[in-house]
Amino acid sequence: MLTIDQISKKFGKLNVLDQISVAFSSGQTVSLVGPNGSGKTTLIKCILGLVLPDAGNIIVNGMAAAHGFDYRRHIGYMPQIGRYPDNMRVAQVFDMIREIRSDFTGTSDDDLIRSFGIAAFENKPMSALSGGMRQKVSACLAFMFQPPILILDEPTAGLDPLASEVLKEKLMAEKAKGKLILITSHILSDFDELTSHILYLMEGKKALFQPVEALREHTGEARLNRAIAQLMKQHA
Amino acid sequence: MLKIIKFVLYDILRNKIILGYTFFLLAIGFGLFNLSDDPAKGVVSLLNLALIVAPLVSAVFTAVYFYNAYEFTELLAAQPLQRSAILLSQFMGVTIALGAAACLGLGLPIALFSPNASGWAILLVTILLSIVFVALSLLASVFTRDKARGIGIALLAWFYFALLYDALVLMLMFSFSDYPLEKAMVVMAALNPVDMARIAVLLQLDYAALMGYTGALFREFLGAWTGIALAVLAQLLWIVLPLMAALRIFRYKDL
Repeated sequence: MLTIDQISKKFGKLNVLDQISVAFSSGQTVSLVGPNGSGKTTLIKCILGLVLPDAGNIIVNGMAAAHGFDYRRHIGYMPQIGRYPDNMRVAQVFDMIREIRSDFTGTSDDDLIRSFGIAAFENKPMSALSGGMRQKVSACLAFMFQPPILILDEPTAGLDPLASEVLKEKLMAEKAKGKLILITSHILSDFDELTSHILYLMEGKKALFQPVEALREHTGEARLNRAIAQLMKQHA
Repeated sequence: MLKIIKFVLYDILRNKIILGYTFFLLAIGFGLFNLSDDPAKGVVSLLNLALIVAPLVSAVFTAVYFYNAYEFTELLAAQPLQRSAILLSQFMGVTIALGAAACLGLGLPIALFSPNASGWAILLVTILLSIVFVALSLLASVFTRDKARGIGIALLAWFYFALLYDALVLMLMFSFSDYPLEKAMVVMAALNPVDMARIAVLLQLDYAALMGYTGALFREFLGAWTGIALAVLAQLLWIVLPLMAALRIFRYKDL
């Protein structure tokens, strides 16, 4: 479904990604973890074509990502910081993205718009929204076109516990539909029950890619958080 | 692409800066034409002001818009859209907004006080020059990630072309006054879009004294109409080349 093959990226002299190869398949929910600056966001941006890797290939659903753009219709992306045109109202942002994706023929997935209660502030200009409200808008957009791949960068960073819970339930439902979900998050416990695989990055290298059960066995820790902490200590 | 232009434009037109800029141009236009009884004098003053103000506003507005829309550009780039389509839409959106401001702000006083060839020539070159600086500013913006630096480069381009360049040309002329520099001067004028704009209008106005050295040479070499056509052509090149460079850089840029 999503194959990353020998991806390398340098920013100046810094090796942000160093020959990373990994293959994800549908139905997996992968938590992308690693210390700050380990290349998580860069890897995500490479998959989305926002950052162009120096070497290597990324294949999404059989389509090469390099210099293509059509493959992105298979990916829903929720960025870490969502900023939208200040003068647009929330409903207009949704309309705009729908219009841009007017070739999408399926039914638009508006579950999150309902469960986040977006209607309550859909006529507010984007500039008047709080960080959390913007995150909600970003989340709605990521799910809207029913993409087979979902990529969420720190999705719970600005969300209140209630909204986090809503998002988690939505992710559960999508996971049950057999979608591939990629999440980076510092607060792992949020997605404890969701995660099926852990991809651990360390200084731009793939330190580990394992199913959660194997990781639990390997570290002897039942809780994912502990297991990851254990892992970080081992690699430090 | 049309859809993106529509939304970029919608966002910009709700921005009060464009509205303020329009009113500013209107005030200048009506003010200058009312200052003297001779509309021809008003036209020349208007030209000189438009040639300073329009590039400055275009350069700064474009850079500020680009950096403010950065995260949104990122979001669009994560959609199944071509990068060049995104940047081109932003270019078109800013261009249409600034062009409309000039049309309204300068066009209205010109239509009322000096609705002749020279008046419309001012409007035309102001719009062309605005687009030139939108393109240059966009190039500066895609070039650097840092907002302050991007706006700084755009400002520097304005400063160089609108103010510094003439001084440099004059200096060169004085230093090499013993040599025949006529042809070199024509080329040097073409290397500055602001000069080209000024020459295009002044050729139209037939004010030999105001044309300066390069303007007079243009007339001598090419005659009025060829000169104007060439000046407009040079401006078009000043739009297309920076824009193409910006598109190229943006295609391979890490967002």
